[in-house]
Amino acid sequence: MNILEFTILVAAGSFLAGLLGSLTGLGGGVVLVPLLTLFFKVDIRYAIGASLVSVIATSSGAAAAYVKEGFSNIRIGMFLEIATTVGALVGAFLAAFISTKALAIIFGVMLLYSAYLSRKPRPRAQRNLPPDPLATRLCMNGAFPSEEGGMRQYNVQRVPLGFSLMFGAGALSGLLGIGSGAVKVLAMDQAMKIPFKVSTTTSNFMIGVTAAASAGVYLNRGYIDPGLAMPVMLGVLAGSMLGARILVKAETKMLRLVFSIVIGVLGLQMLYKGLTGGI
Amino acid sequence: MSTTRNWTDKTIEEIVGNLLRVGVSLSAFVVLIGAAIYLARHGREPASYKVFHGEPSDLRSLSGIVRDAVHLRGRGIIQLGLLLLIATPVARVAFSIWGFAEEHDRLYMIFTGIVLIVLLYSLLGSGSAF
Repeated sequence: MNILEFTILVAAGSFLAGLLGSLTGLGGGVVLVPLLTLFFKVDIRYAIGASLVSVIATSSGAAAAYVKEGFSNIRIGMFLEIATTVGALVGAFLAAFISTKALAIIFGVMLLYSAYLSRKPRPRAQRNLPPDPLATRLCMNGAFPSEEGGMRQYNVQRVPLGFSLMFGAGALSGLLGIGSGAVKVLAMDQAMKIPFKVSTTTSNFMIGVTAAASAGVYLNRGYIDPGLAMPVMLGVLAGSMLGARILVKAETKMLRLVFSIVIGVLGLQMLYKGLTGGI
Repeated sequence: MSTTRNWTDKTIEEIVGNLLRVGVSLSAFVVLIGAAIYLARHGREPASYKVFHGEPSDLRSLSGIVRDAVHLRGRGIIQLGLLLLIATPVARVAFSIWGFAEEHDRLYMIFTGIVLIVLLYSLLGSGSAF
């Protein structure tokens, strides 16, 4: 395969990853690294570097569309970014001491867990929760345009738990070069009881800042290869921008099912390759 | 929540949205130019990412990347575009400090300041990137 063919194929795969990642709020990076390592036989360190860059593009491109729709909550995002950026730095430093086999195994486990999380039945969103004193003090409660028309108010719950989960999400992001949207959405949607669409869009908004916190470390280390990052970044960006356009109208249930199966299968493959030393 | 704050939050969000759009579009444009040069010169060569050897030092630091880009090296221009992309969320955070200052929201200025320090440490303090 020459560089031109390789570039076109990687761009096409990245486009699909960006589209699905954006539509489901699970992030494109989560399938990008397995795609590059399993199908294109790219070294996992190059794959993580390219994925990290594309994650910034996905997040920023989609967030630009979301903020205008009024779904994302800039205050929740900014407060939780303290946890994700510190976590991302820790993860990026740790990545230097971990073998590629171990990275593949951690990646596989993370994928399986993401697939499980996205399938676990979400308890019917509780509405009209009482305001939590800490969340109120941090001015986190907000409103978003509901399907029935008009604005729906929500009160954020359990801030410390959400904050701790976000540190973990940041560390995973820095270690594996992913946006860790699954953990971010878990922290906001399930721990902090933030409405699902607000959680996914705010998560998308935070991912870019989280990824930027580890990108500097990766660039220094020479993990970011321009020839590989170029088609990945352009493909993911185009896919995620298209996804952001569709999301506001789309029913995401069926799509989450399909995507979680894909994630689970990729997780098993990463785990297998890591354990047998095929990476 | 008072109506003035609502209005200001909305203003911040709109400016942030535009900032992100401009940053991403600009970096994508630079990457595309670099890609055209890179593919025109090296498109027929075999692709190989199987073995990791790390990037050469000129593609790891700001000065090296700018030098390569000025000499119209495709990979240098792409890397410059990627650097612009990394700078976009950093600019977003820096702008948010100003936005919260306009709202006289001290608490969120401090939160945003902490995030900015972490980001700048990663870019400036963690090695020789700049």
